[in-house]
Amino acid sequence: MSVRSETRLWLAQRASAAVLALCVIVHLATMVYAVRGGLSAAEILSRTRGSSAWLAFYLLFVAAVVIHAPIGLRAVLREMTTWRGRSLDFAVVLFGILLAALGLRAALAVFA
Amino acid sequence: MPDGRTLEVKVWRGRESGRFQAFTVPRRASQTVLDVVSWIQRHLDTTLSYRFACRVGMCGSCAMTVNGKPRWTCRTHVDKVAEGDTLTVAPLANLPVVKDLATDMAPFFDKWAKAQGRFVPEDDRPREFHIVPPETSERRAVDAGIECIGCGVCYAACDIVRWNRDYLGPAALNRAWTLVNDVRDAGNPTRLAAVAGDAGCHACHSQENCREHCPKQINATASIAGLKRAAAIAALKGQL
Ligand code: SF4
Ligand code: SF4
Ligand code: FES
Repeated sequence: MSVRSETRLWLAQRASAAVLALCVIVHLATMVYAVRGGLSAAEILSRTRGSSAWLAFYLLFVAAVVIHAPIGLRAVLREMTTWRGRSLDFAVVLFGILLAALGLRAALAVFA
Repeated sequence: MPDGRTLEVKVWRGRESGRFQAFTVPRRASQTVLDVVSWIQRHLDTTLSYRFACRVGMCGSCAMTVNGKPRWTCRTHVDKVAEGDTLTVAPLANLPVVKDLATDMAPFFDKWAKAQGRFVPEDDRPREFHIVPPETSERRAVDAGIECIGCGVCYAACDIVRWNRDYLGPAALNRAWTLVNDVRDAGNPTRLAAVAGDAGCHACHSQENCREHCPKQINATASIAGLKRAAAIAALKGQL
């Protein structure tokens, strides 16, 4: 991978981390608020279903995870193992696709 | 001034594989770790190999692992580091051992070259002198990093160097950062390309082990963060 791509990966990871920090705070704060208010899962879903704002929020959340986690995993594996090169890059892209599928499934379930 | 007390010193003997050998050395006032090693070499075992030159903290050749931590031995007082009356002295980590306490510094300095750690003059047409006012941010960044003595202490303290043998390491990257900020230098942005990426500044975890151990209190972590910023900007502008 070229130095330019590696630098861009690093940038993407930093930018997605900033988005993630915000998303996690909103996500946790909302959860705590909803649970303390005594809402059941069904009641929560009845509020999120059909809300395009919540869909947009969770799609952004998923996008940030899908960018952030595979880049981080790649860095961790490069440090802790001798795995390098295309096979590693390919494997973490696969991991990203898996995360995207799981994340989209969850986000859509909140919406519809 | 001998005060009758002694110091139990364990010294690494051999190369990558070897063993610690025990010596008993008289304790002196204001004794440095280098004094201890020299005393052993002169009085107990002349075959002990180690390296030093200036003895005043300028040349950077005397670094060793003292009680588990990398240090410049000529400026490290025994009183500060001895655990009770014992001292363990080993070669610097993360470098090949030549013999006993002497490491091969070649990989360390090869990485300075790889990081393009040399000044690149502009073309040789006569031109005006550069004026570099001391208060500019560039000049201040250079000042912060320029006093490096190349001792390799930070390199031995860095976990990423241990995990990733290609990682350029704090000292080489700090050197590159001083040149990135040198307005007279013409070696950028090829230098930025040399220091960015998985084996360069982007591998750094910013946990400041290097800064913590640097005897010159150089904050290589900050220099590396500067390189990350500069490389990111260059990448965004398509200049990398
Ligand atoms: S801050 Fe970076 S260069 Fe310094 S010890 Fe940590 S990983 Fe190594
Ligand atoms: S930065 Fe500090 S520890 Fe590292 S080589 Fe230079 S003087 Fe030694
Ligand atoms: S002998 Fe020169 S720095 Fe220690």
